[in-house]
Amino acid sequence: MEARFKPGDAVRVRNIYPLGHIRTPFYIRGHSGVIERFCGTFGNPEELAQQRSGEPKQPLYRVRFLQKKVWPDYQGNPDDVIEVEIFQHWLEGENG
Amino acid sequence: MKDQGSYQPYSYFQLMEVSLRELLVEKGIVTEAQLAATVEEVRNITPERGARVVAKAWVNTEFRKKLLQDGTRACEELGLEIPALKLVVVENTPTEHNLVVCTLCSCYPRMLLGMPPEWYKSRNYRSRAVREPRAVLSEFGLELAQEIKIRVHDSTADMRYLVLPMRPADTEDWSEERLAASVTRDCMIGVAVPRI
Repeated sequence: MEARFKPGDAVRVRNIYPLGHIRTPFYIRGHSGVIERFCGTFGNPEELAQQRSGEPKQPLYRVRFLQKKVWPDYQGNPDDVIEVEIFQHWLEGENG
Repeated sequence: MKDQGSYQPYSYFQLMEVSLRELLVEKGIVTEAQLAATVEEVRNITPERGARVVAKAWVNTEFRKKLLQDGTRACEELGLEIPALKLVVVENTPTEHNLVVCTLCSCYPRMLLGMPPEWYKSRNYRSRAVREPRAVLSEFGLELAQEIKIRVHDSTADMRYLVLPMRPADTEDWSEERLAASVTRDCMIGVAVPRI
């Protein structure tokens, strides 16, 4: 699977709730962030958890989010961030 | 205090562990000796490994650069194997503090820090470190000034994180070994900073 995003790209985490072994935390779904780095491609954990091959491997990114946007009542520095590893199939480009 | 003399029934998870282990041995998938060796190996990894990496980065600028660029490769140079997973080293600066959590389970750089502490796996830490990191740090005795930015790292997938703390002031003439002794496990998770 080819990497669709590069560092600095604006992305949004898909706001979906499939069943199974999912490594995208609930709290970050639907939120917008910026690609911090590309981490490489790795077996898809949702497939691996079902004893399948994990193929095709998925590009993995670290995505950076502003805390004050993730938690509306966030107390702290307005520039505080949270960075989360998210697989490509959970991301969509902010500009379509 | 547990009453040493009285009978303690297995807890749910202990019973599950014993059952699974005995089945694996019975079916010949692993041997008792292999299990014992693996437990021994895991026990032998202590945070001193991570501290060695940090101290090296403090005294050697080239190594520090490599470590921040590709943590796995830099550690391999020190003879520390990082199997399969990738190590991301994040650096504290006067304006930025890093904190590591795994909200989904207990992902942790075991190859450098050993087994994670109980609190790292607790629901309390996992849910609050992302939502109110400053309050959590304050409970650990670390009061961060509001102008210092916090970067929280949720290790949700294949990366493992190590915080590179700032070298304490007035340690210019310290040896690498002495520096390493000042680096605690908590400093490398980001809930503390080295104090000398």
